[in-house]
Amino acid sequence: MLDKFGFATPEQVASRFFTEEVLKKPKAILECYEDIPCNPCVTSCPTGAITIGPDINKQPVLDPDKCTGCAVCVGACPGLAIMVAQIKEDRAWFKIPHEFLPHPAKNELWDAAGRDGRLIGVAKIEGVVLSPKTKTAIVTVSIEKAQLLRFATVVTKHA
Amino acid sequence: MIAKELVVIGGGPAGLCAAIAAAESGSRVLILDRSARLGGQLIKQTHKFFGSENQYAKTRGFDIAKILLSRVDTFADLIEIWVEATVVALYPDKVLTVVQDGKYIKIQAKAIVVAAGASEKFLAFENNDLPGVYGAGAVQTLMNVYGVRPADRVLMVGSGNIGLIVSYQLMQAGVKVAAIVEAAPRIGGYKVHASKIARLGVPILTSTTVLRAVGETCVKQAVTVKLDPAWKPIPGTESVHDVDAICVAVGLTPLTSLLAMAGAMTSYIPELGGYAPILTDEHESTLADVFVAGDAAGVEEASSAMVEGRLAGLCAAKRLGYPHADFDDIVSECHAQLAGLRNGPFGCKTCAGIAKMREVRDHAR
Repeated sequence: MLDKFGFATPEQVASRFFTEEVLKKPKAILECYEDIPCNPCVTSCPTGAITIGPDINKQPVLDPDKCTGCAVCVGACPGLAIMVAQIKEDRAWFKIPHEFLPHPAKNELWDAAGRDGRLIGVAKIEGVVLSPKTKTAIVTVSIEKAQLLRFATVVTKHA
Repeated sequence: MIAKELVVIGGGPAGLCAAIAAAESGSRVLILDRSARLGGQLIKQTHKFFGSENQYAKTRGFDIAKILLSRVDTFADLIEIWVEATVVALYPDKVLTVVQDGKYIKIQAKAIVVAAGASEKFLAFENNDLPGVYGAGAVQTLMNVYGVRPADRVLMVGSGNIGLIVSYQLMQAGVKVAAIVEAAPRIGGYKVHASKIARLGVPILTSTTVLRAVGETCVKQAVTVKLDPAWKPIPGTESVHDVDAICVAVGLTPLTSLLAMAGAMTSYIPELGGYAPILTDEHESTLADVFVAGDAAGVEEASSAMVEGRLAGLCAAKRLGYPHADFDDIVSECHAQLAGLRNGPFGCKTCAGIAKMREVRDHAR
């Protein structure tokens, strides 16, 4: 699936998520499914929660006990392959990287897409942090909890 | 004839790192580049780099160019730069012919680092000479160097990292990417790059290629076709895409023409992108004192080009009598970094290519 179409299978995605209990607090979801030579997630993490090991071609592993959900890795990952997920009551909250202009603005509603690009619903923009240094905006969005494992990104402002 | 110590051909990631390493060692360096601006392909790369901090990971390509150029500036007394200076000939006695400002200039070098990069491969299909059929490098140059939007709707041919990255950049520039077609049954580039595009709704069509461009004076449509496991078009599977550009990103081949002209040994090694020079572990060609680094030595990522450049610059400077104070340590660090970058499934291909190159080299001895 990933090799042929460019998006991960639901099983692959589920393997990178944590239980609802753990996700009461924000945790990084590392969607790096391929051995490529890369390690900025490890070197950027302020709490040492991400490990790759001596061979930087290996995939990163997150220690959810150490991860604070700060999202520094979201802006550091060159593959834009990290999001932070959290469950707050009946909503799933995410911090995602965004590199298109115009960036969303707080309180706007945006159409949300799954990993295959299909629209899955409407997400609310809860906050936007622009980083002049990385030039990748970190957008906080919420969507109904049922979309926890499907949500990938926001694509256009909801008409 | 102008006499120079070390001449570096090409001011991209490999050439700049070679010049910096040689100047750190104490050598005088002349960088020759055919462009108006140094940085090579780095200045067109808007994505963050992979690799480790040693290769400026998570920094965007054009920012890496700025870092390297400011490092070059600190050696203003040692590094001389000629831009819009195209090397058109290289002779076995290390004489170069450079064209600059409409004049032919001859340079006698004591040592040379060839960091000329690579050229794009192209694809034969009907009407591929229509305006609107671009190489990916041209699209990047228009968008990211000159700020010109190359088209409104593009069909991307090739799903290697360049095809994927340029598709993403086109979308950032407001251009619609109709689809990415890939003749192989699998996506060629990093899946994280593919996923960035897939989640934005762009279909990646594997086992599919472009059959022809349609249009009288410019591209109006592209016809694609599915391929069977033997890569033969399957009749009846054609589909038509309304696009005003077709971007061809089907790989690169090392620019070895200068080396071949001077008589350096090259060999056809598909894993390295085509004809590649036969090199020692110090990146010296079969011509004494002529070193090669970056894509000219075998097509790979810019991360490894920078490390190879550093290695070649250090070794060339040592040959000229300027051994770096920490020569042995830095050289083994460079080899360790290259081994690290090439340790994964993508690096395997490069390692296989290098193994073939060494076989040719050892056989020739």
